Amino acid sequence: MAGLLQWFVDFGGVLLSTVRDVLPIIVILLGFQIFVLRKAIPNLRRVIIGFAYVIVGLALFLQGLEQALFPLGRLMAEQLTNPEFIYNGLENFSGTIHWQDYKWVYVFAVAIGFSTTIAEPSLMAVAIKANEVSGGSIGVWGLRIAVAIGVAIGIGLGAFRIVTGYPLHWFIISGYFVVVIQTFFAPKMIVPLAYDSGGVTTSTVTVPLVAALGLGLAETVPGRNPLMDGFGLIAFASLFPIIAVMAYAQISAFMSKRKAARIDTRLTKLSTAKINLKR
Amino acid sequence: MLRPLKALFFSLLGSLRDLFPIIIVIGFFQLVVLQQPIPDLVSLLTGILFVLLGLTFFMFGLEMGLFPIGESMAHAFAQKGSVMWLLIFAFALGFGTTIAEPALIAVAAESAQIAAEGGVIDKTEAAMKSYATGLRLTVAVSVGLAILVGVLRILKGWPIHYLIIGGYIGVMIMTTMAPKSIIGIAYDSGGVTTSTITVPLVAALGVGLASSIKGRNPMVDGFGLIAFASLTPMIFVMGYGMVIN
Repeated sequence: MAGLLQWFVDFGGVLLSTVRDVLPIIVILLGFQIFVLRKAIPNLRRVIIGFAYVIVGLALFLQGLEQALFPLGRLMAEQLTNPEFIYNGLENFSGTIHWQDYKWVYVFAVAIGFSTTIAEPSLMAVAIKANEVSGGSIGVWGLRIAVAIGVAIGIGLGAFRIVTGYPLHWFIISGYFVVVIQTFFAPKMIVPLAYDSGGVTTSTVTVPLVAALGLGLAETVPGRNPLMDGFGLIAFASLFPIIAVMAYAQISAFMSKRKAARIDTRLTKLSTAKINLKR
Repeated sequence: MLRPLKALFFSLLGSLRDLFPIIIVIGFFQLVVLQQPIPDLVSLLTGILFVLLGLTFFMFGLEMGLFPIGESMAHAFAQKGSVMWLLIFAFALGFGTTIAEPALIAVAAESAQIAAEGGVIDKTEAAMKSYATGLRLTVAVSVGLAILVGVLRILKGWPIHYLIIGGYIGVMIMTTMAPKSIIGIAYDSGGVTTSTITVPLVAALGVGLASSIKGRNPMVDGFGLIAFASLTPMIFVMGYGMVIN
């Protein structure tokens, strides 16, 4: 009973802070609607109910994550990066860091990057919109999985960077080069969406877990400074999806071209066969 | 009576599928790699139930509230035809949603600490607070400008990649000049600023604008607003670091 009461108190707190986050948006929307556009909002009742759903849904979502998954995930990030787990205690640490010693960290980084992205609500929103706008040629799941693979590679590389201590900007700037080159070869239609997918991925689910992993690594890897090296994972997570989404579009364009080419050759064979028959 | 219940059941099932990978990953690492028991199973299961319900409600609300209002406002602005007001709206939306963003508040506080430890600012409460507030304002202004430029791009039909590549060059130049301690934070601030409510709203706005202006393609011109919003903060935060230094 006391637990239930406590839950309501906690949920009330989360609900209140969600309302506080949404309030500026509502004020701006209403202000412009009333004073500038001076038009009634179509389906006002539905929109209000929709906003109520969004606020309650987001609050429940955050409360549930905070209760179930975040504590475990954070603890895991701590334990996996702990020298106790990696070297069986710091006294066994040989003095040089072998990046291979952190293999479970990379596996965790890749897995958590992928799985949190699949659960990211803002990515779902953009995927639904993109599917609708493209008339179904961009699949909701295709986009989400492409982005998730991008985030997984990004976080994995980011963890590797913290362990080895290579400068962050080398990776980011090389990533930019890849993006720029891909931009000129990828199907035109996908480019803006790909650029967007970088910023979309890092939201409610990914940021807390990934930040915990980054700080855990930077605190425990010998020679790293949490203040200097703890940042940068989110930058990786927002760069690599751009590459992954463009690659996804390039691969599917290539496949459909090959398929078309195959059908084409079959058709020409068929027609030559027909001509031969006529003779 | 039965139909809405059925719809609810299926969307809950969909949410479960979305959440499934995280549950597997955390379960696997806890039980197999770290070999530890799951603490407090009841709390875990109820928590997962809340996440499922929350995600389902959010998706309902998205289609009922966020998408329609973003689109209807885009159409209304296009009809009104005042570019000035549309640009003011774009800036206000970017600035207003960012300044209150909890993730940004956390990042700003952390970077104030780094600056204090690095001796860039005094190690007093007041100095750190003013540094953090300055950083938040900087990021909020940069996101406001990003949405403004993004909307202008949709109106004018500029190709997106010139602007983005220009932004990348800006990031690279700033990286060579900015103090080392701010680079990590600056790079991260790009990803942090776009929240779960802002993203659908901004996406609906962009697509709505592109589809109500003649000659624009919603796919080619409608997306890209979020990309600007995650690029400009990097440049502005590095600039902030240079000015403070």
